[in-house]
Amino acid sequence: MKILVCITNVPDTTAKITFAESDTKLNKTGIQFIIGPYDDYALARAVELKEQNGGTVTVLNVGEAEGEPQIRKALAIGADDAIRVNAEPTDSYFVASQIAHIAQQNNYDLILMGRESIDFNSGVVHGLVGEMLGIPSFSPVMKLDIEGSTAKFAREIDGGKEYMEAPLPLVFGCQEPIADWKIPNMRGIMTARTKPLQVVEPVAVDDMAINEKYTQPAAKGECKMIPVEDVEKLVTLLRTEAKVL
Amino acid sequence: MSVLVFVEIDNGSIKKSSQEAITYGAEVARMTNATATVLALGAADESALAQAGNFGATKVLHASDSKLTQENNMAYADVLAQAALQEGSSVIVMAKTGLGDAVAARAAAKLKASVISGVTSLPDLNGGFKVTRSIYTGKAFASVDIRSEIKILAIRKNAIEVTESGNTATVEPFYPTLKDASFTAKVTDVEKSNAELSLSEADIIVSGGRGMKGPENWQPLIDLAKALGAATGCSKPVSDLDWRPHHEHIGQTGIKVAPNLYIACGISGAIQHLAGVNGSKCIVVINKDPEAPFFKAADYGIVGDVFEVLPRLTKAIENSK
Ligand SMILES: Cc1cc2nc3c(=O)[nH]c(=O)nc-3n(C[C@H](O)[C@H](O)[C@H](O)COP(=O)(O)OP(=O)(O)OC[C@H]3O[C@@H](n4cnc5c(N)ncnc54)[C@H](O)[C@@H]3O)c2cc1C
Ligand SMILES: Cc1cc2nc3c(=O)[nH]c(=O)nc-3n(C[C@H](O)[C@H](O)[C@H](O)COP(=O)(O)OP(=O)(O)OC[C@H]3O[C@@H](n4cnc5c(N)ncnc54)[C@H](O)[C@@H]3O)c2cc1C
Repeated sequence: MKILVCITNVPDTTAKITFAESDTKLNKTGIQFIIGPYDDYALARAVELKEQNGGTVTVLNVGEAEGEPQIRKALAIGADDAIRVNAEPTDSYFVASQIAHIAQQNNYDLILMGRESIDFNSGVVHGLVGEMLGIPSFSPVMKLDIEGSTAKFAREIDGGKEYMEAPLPLVFGCQEPIADWKIPNMRGIMTARTKPLQVVEPVAVDDMAINEKYTQPAAKGECKMIPVEDVEKLVTLLRTEAKVL
Repeated sequence: MSVLVFVEIDNGSIKKSSQEAITYGAEVARMTNATATVLALGAADESALAQAGNFGATKVLHASDSKLTQENNMAYADVLAQAALQEGSSVIVMAKTGLGDAVAARAAAKLKASVISGVTSLPDLNGGFKVTRSIYTGKAFASVDIRSEIKILAIRKNAIEVTESGNTATVEPFYPTLKDASFTAKVTDVEKSNAELSLSEADIIVSGGRGMKGPENWQPLIDLAKALGAATGCSKPVSDLDWRPHHEHIGQTGIKVAPNLYIACGISGAIQHLAGVNGSKCIVVINKDPEAPFFKAADYGIVGDVFEVLPRLTKAIENSK
């Protein structure tokens, strides 16, 4: 079985987000970059599925060379090889077009992604790639098993889950508890250094949308403290001042 | 030309988030001298669909084929693309939900359209088509200049206030061509929580953290939620510990919510939790530690023991009804 795992290179969840160059670029100073947490779940499940069913796991990132430490980490966690499409990932359609292009050349049985990137939060790349390849896509998926050429999985729906079955190939957007995050061990880190990481140039895609400027949310006002004895007052404030009741 | 709005139906009526999407679509239609058409799929009453007019749509296309009853992003996107071509729509709008994002994405690939998810503003049409979207899980916004001819927008909850006109829309049947390839997956089982209110649609959420001490202590929180007509949520450790079901987990790695009122009980306010609630209009924090970081993100705070505060709050709500 051939599995492709698509990973993003994103600021750590605790990073303070500020902008540079007249608010047109992320200010990367002091920011620790990580594999997207949802992508990490996808990767962990891919490695488990490989252990159970045999096959290979390839990781793919569309991004610049600065993301290679994250790609190496994915190799250390257990992926066999990696591809980096050498481009600044500027929008979902561009990224999906690159992933679909790589997938068309390689006939993966499974393409695992995160439910969403934690920087642009779109939750659309799996759907775009699925449609570009003409195969179904499901997200968010919290349980995934493979039996022969069938995937058995659970996806979250509003207020519950649906258990489903579908024939491969398929695209999934993953979230917990599909697997536990894996931490690379020493042997993994050593072998990752020599695993193949192929760098390919992007295919041309029309500009669909340009992020022109970034802004930060307005600062929150003071928090109004209410003594425990006066909880009744809180109800009045919520009704007359905040107008949310 | 019409602005096309894809809506979701729940229990026979148009979901709140979809009502917002219709309001948004109708507003874009007004700005561009067009009309707003709604696309509804699966089983729904004509009278419920005609309600789309109340939010500003003039027409509803209803594809009622029983194959479309089951949530299916591949088939839905196919139908949406066919409707967009029939209506000559260059702007397609829907609510940002799990289904909305997936349908938006697949339709975008079909129509070579750009898909912008998490939109928080109406478009600025001065010299193009620009919208604001939420990024970095609510920690920032981006102003996006959309260049493609067809634009698909998934609207973030609470980005626009629903307006009601009292009008009704005309409902027309729509007969799309469905492909077998869209129906290869089958549902073998469904687990629905018995809560009537889903978190993502709720206007009020009462949420509990590790400060609730254990699953056996949830009743006071549930009582408050009942008194408020609210949904219940929780922090990640709470669902990790199986105190509460996973679909209640709110935050960076869980569900993102944007209710009018979020009441956090015994939650410290870690940055990853805040990332899931920063779209809320008003936040109330109840925590016994005055230094809890959540107070910095709150509108109202009570320093106190949840087990004392919650019952009193419930009583105060009930007394004020
Ligand atoms: C320095 C830098 C600058 C960036 N600038 C922009 C920008 O200006 N505008 C912009 O839209 N994006 C930008 N991004 C890219 C962003 O990280 C995403 O890759 C891309 O925008 C898709 O985001 P999304 O929210 O649509 O993904 P989603 O649809 O939320 O992602 C779903 C899943 O798709 C996969 N995926 C998404 N992106 C990639 C990728 N690049 N490589 C491999 N798999 C991926 C992951 O598995 C992810 O979990 C930038 C990234 C970096 C590192
Ligand atoms: C990559 C990553 C992703 C994450 N994603 C998420 C996420 O999506 N959502 C999420 O929630 N977390 C997430 N976390 C975890 C997050 O960092 C925090 O650990 C978590 O939010 C803490 O949960 P808590 O507030 O319930 O518990 P604690 O931090 O233990 O806080 C409990 C609070 O309860 C208060 N308390 C105790 N007893 C009482 C009482 N009797 N009355 C009133 N108050 C009381 C305490 O003062 C304390 O403030 C993530 C972490 C990582 C690393």
